[in-house]
Amino acid sequence: MLEAILGGLRLVATLDLRLWEIVGLSLAVSLSAVVFATLLGLPLGAAIAVGRFPGRQAVIVVLNALMGLPPVVVGLFVYLLLSRAGPLGELGLLFTPPAMVIAQTILIVPIIAALARQAVEDAWREYEEQLRSLGVDGLRGALTVLWDIRFSLLTAVLAGLGRASAEVGAVMIVGGNIDGVTRVMTTTIALETSKGDLPLALGLGIVLIAIVLALNAGAHLAKEAAQRRHG
Amino acid sequence: MSAILPLRLQGVSFAAGGRMIIPPLDLTLEAGASTIILGANGAGKSVLMRLMHGLLAPSTGRVVWSTDGPRRRQAMVFQRPVMLRRSALANVVYALDAAGVPVGQQARLAREALQEVGLSHVAGRAARVLSGGEQQRLALARAWALHPEVLFLDEPTANLDPGATREIEAIIKAFDVAGTKIVMSTHNLGQARRLGDEVIFLHQGRVAERAPIDRFFPQPASPEAAAFVKGELPWD
Repeated sequence: MLEAILGGLRLVATLDLRLWEIVGLSLAVSLSAVVFATLLGLPLGAAIAVGRFPGRQAVIVVLNALMGLPPVVVGLFVYLLLSRAGPLGELGLLFTPPAMVIAQTILIVPIIAALARQAVEDAWREYEEQLRSLGVDGLRGALTVLWDIRFSLLTAVLAGLGRASAEVGAVMIVGGNIDGVTRVMTTTIALETSKGDLPLALGLGIVLIAIVLALNAGAHLAKEAAQRRHG
Repeated sequence: MSAILPLRLQGVSFAAGGRMIIPPLDLTLEAGASTIILGANGAGKSVLMRLMHGLLAPSTGRVVWSTDGPRRRQAMVFQRPVMLRRSALANVVYALDAAGVPVGQQARLAREALQEVGLSHVAGRAARVLSGGEQQRLALARAWALHPEVLFLDEPTANLDPGATREIEAIIKAFDVAGTKIVMSTHNLGQARRLGDEVIFLHQGRVAERAPIDRFFPQPASPEAAAFVKGELPWD
């Protein structure tokens, strides 16, 4: 056991090429998914927060429920979409990194949208009267609020990133865990553990945790600094 | 620029959640005299001012200004000011920008407004870290920069200590001197006397009495107002 941990640390410390390729692909896939999910999720969350339309409560319930979307189900859904016989089969994306980005984007849009919805709604309650009194309405008001709570929204985006980088099911199904092509940290850990290559699995596990920790620490510090500066 | 006053409320009522908060009323506000809105908690003071300012739409009736599009020529200061997470100066600039003031003039007008309320020294500080009194002065600066014809104030000193209250009152006086019509609700009867020319006394959403301030306090005509002035709570 100790041997395996030391082996894992050695792989990390010696910048093992195979390990870092996997780390690089993981980050590329999850960060891309976060960018797309943020572009979709923030406006969606803000619109639901500020908008008044029939069925709004139902939309909020569904959105919150979708935060717990099982990754394998999303994987299956995207697999069906992209498989040769599926509606988007023509694109030939199955078992490629873009397919993994699509699956993770779908997985985390609800997380970012639901958390943004809550943050924007709370802020909107506080700002609405004042902004309307100043003659600010609609889109401009929404943008003002989004910008004003940008550091709270960072938390929503990070929650999405945490979910994306930690999930196995979706990327496993649509990526296929092909060595050197679609193998990411989580799928490799799953595979290598079942094969008995514990050092690589542990090394990747250490890197994965370090990345998540560093991101959250960074976000926390940014938020603290903003709090001190802007109140 | 023709005046937006007088403001006429014609058969204006407001109901929410099946409860009538303001039964239909007619009311005219002229330029000049500072109007103080008095009344117990829940008498409808805040709702009435929000109807006038246009933040609430009346359930029935009409709120009519003498000229169209008066939104930018009236301002409101709330009990608890809401500041954006940016500098004090930037908060005033934001209001000017929202009011359509040309970009080239915004910074100068904002600095003048901060000067007026005595906040020049904190222009660059984050608005949200200012004290409660400073934030309320900043809210007044934000209104001052717009040179409104009418300024609504909803219990502007309710959360402030006596020192801060005096500073706010001085600024409200300055608005009055500069020709802005003051419409203010307050629980502070001394403040009403210091700043007001006339009183509109609300009881359960109705105008129970409207009188010059010199007459209202010594001889309130309505029993509700008499009880209120004596410090009794008009339960019934």
